[in-house]
Amino acid sequence: MRFAGIDIGSRTIELVVVDEAGEIVCCLQADTGFDPMEEARKLTNGTDYDRIMATGYGRNLFEISFDAPTVTEIKAHARGARAYFPDARTVLDIGGQDSKAIRLFENGKVKKFEMNDRCAAGTGKFLEIMAKSLGFEIEDFGREALTAGKDLNISSMCTVFAESEVTSLIAKGESRQEIARGLHASVIRRAAGMINRVSSDGDIVFTGGVAKNPCMCTLLKEKLGRRIQVPDNPQFNGALGAALLVKE
Amino acid sequence: MSEEYRSMWTDLGLDLEAHDALLGVLGKAYQDIYLSQKDRPEGMGYFDFVMSEVHGLRIKELLDEKETGRKIIGSYCVFVPEEIVLAANATLVGLCSGADFAMEEVERLLPRNTCALIKSSFGFKLGKVCPYLESADMIVGENTCDGKKKAYESLNSLVENLYVMDLPQVKSDRGSSLLKAEYDRFRKAVEELTGVPITAESLKQAIRTVNAKRSAVHRLSSLRKADPAPISGLDALLVNQVFFYDNPARFTESVNKICDELENRIAEKKGVFPEKTPRILVSGCPQAVPNWKLPFIVETSGAVIVGEESCVGERGTRNLTDESGETVEEMINAIVDRYFQVDCAIFTPNPERLDHIQEMVAAYKSEGVIHYGLQFCQPYLMESMTVERALEEKHIPCLRVETDYSMEDAGQLKTRVEAFIEQLR
Repeated sequence: MRFAGIDIGSRTIELVVVDEAGEIVCCLQADTGFDPMEEARKLTNGTDYDRIMATGYGRNLFEISFDAPTVTEIKAHARGARAYFPDARTVLDIGGQDSKAIRLFENGKVKKFEMNDRCAAGTGKFLEIMAKSLGFEIEDFGREALTAGKDLNISSMCTVFAESEVTSLIAKGESRQEIARGLHASVIRRAAGMINRVSSDGDIVFTGGVAKNPCMCTLLKEKLGRRIQVPDNPQFNGALGAALLVKE
Repeated sequence: MSEEYRSMWTDLGLDLEAHDALLGVLGKAYQDIYLSQKDRPEGMGYFDFVMSEVHGLRIKELLDEKETGRKIIGSYCVFVPEEIVLAANATLVGLCSGADFAMEEVERLLPRNTCALIKSSFGFKLGKVCPYLESADMIVGENTCDGKKKAYESLNSLVENLYVMDLPQVKSDRGSSLLKAEYDRFRKAVEELTGVPITAESLKQAIRTVNAKRSAVHRLSSLRKADPAPISGLDALLVNQVFFYDNPARFTESVNKICDELENRIAEKKGVFPEKTPRILVSGCPQAVPNWKLPFIVETSGAVIVGEESCVGERGTRNLTDESGETVEEMINAIVDRYFQVDCAIFTPNPERLDHIQEMVAAYKSEGVIHYGLQFCQPYLMESMTVERALEEKHIPCLRVETDYSMEDAGQLKTRVEAFIEQLR
């Protein structure tokens, strides 16, 4: 038997298939686009699995279109993080449009969670827009930011206001790298606040596409003084969690 | 809708076009949220009828009462004592404050970061769509939170009959003296309005009427302890909402009738959701008609709400007024004693509320608490932190949500609520 998990996020869709031992046999990713169900259909059509579970903001649509069970992103990320780090007690997930901090019981059950509010502040989308306004590719954004010696303070968390703040800093001739680092630091401040509300010590498993950004990992470690663990391919963590949950 | 209602609404000064739009939205929401529920108690038919006529027949009844010389008093708060109103030959009604309306006009008078409930009360006035407000001979504002206090200063320029009641904020002897003085002043104002002096006899009868109404709701609450739950949280909330609108005696009778039916359901182990469905207590800000957003999300996500620690719920109806007084003075004192126990978040400190939440969790066998906070409602949002801490110490899961009347965050809210329910399973 093969078990699939599909994470339909605001930016991307991930599909992970595991075998009966829970080993990953396939990972696929596509842009969500404007027709998420069509994209989901394309991903699942070429893939061999027996059962599937959906998570992410598009899970309810998927449930109707594909008659599949669903699970929230919170539980899926908690489960996925445990696959790599069996003792994980704190999970931070930063995705395209939301971010969440999750505290787990020793047995892996969710104890408590915090999520960001309505807007894109403190999410992958925020970093994406800021990278663009500074003329960086999103893949290089974190690495470039890390080359800065200091971070310029960005006071606004609102994507729209932060963008104009960035524009005025550029006009003042400030270094792009330092501005970039400042932007990362502002996302980290918000993430740290969420983590502190759910847990005060121990390692943190960092998941979601934003965990691939090295500057985020470095600043998070500096800010909290706690070890940060990132699974391989952190953007697949939610889909992996869903695949493992449908297996179980 | 009959022509009779249309001329009635026109006479009241309503904006018919806007009002039609409001009723259209309300009717659709009621259909989608209420009538789509499965296995509802038959007795809910009465409340469906009340809701379908909430701006029609009920308003006509109130206007008929006015024809006979009775006065109508509108209120926004559970601190306005219905006993005093009834004893002076007046009827108390809750005023509309549960939906966004005419928001652009509202924001000319109130800051954007004012809670949805206050904005809504202005919206219904400015949009000319609340027949209760327009029928009222007196509108009572009360000094609870800062938002309401200051908003009444503006409301005073929009209506001619605003009466502002001061309220204590500390549970001390001085606080209770203030409440007593304010209820005495209110009594005189009501007597002056109606021209009917309150007598020991009329006040006793009024206390009995209101107590009977509360007792019926207490009976309903206690039946919600059963598993499977015999009634949905949505339906029970509706009963608590109609508490503020309906004729008291008829309301009491209808609630008791539902309770008879629920007792039979419980004996047959019949419920609206399967046995062992996760049970949730909602605690926090009031949910006025037609604010059914949170319970709808909760009960379509696999859990059932078994109690409301809220003004529209147990905080508002807890405790009866002592009926043993013989003189008006004794009975007014009993009324003061009863209302002074209301554990509204405007009081500081307010430890009783924490106790009550925990008592309710135990009584209704609830597995978790959702703290419902309206955005910008400082008193309840502040208390949500202490509530969460107190519950966590007792290992009772708690989810704090902060929202308003718009549907723009419904998706995020649903994810949070679903994750919370997963946590309880």
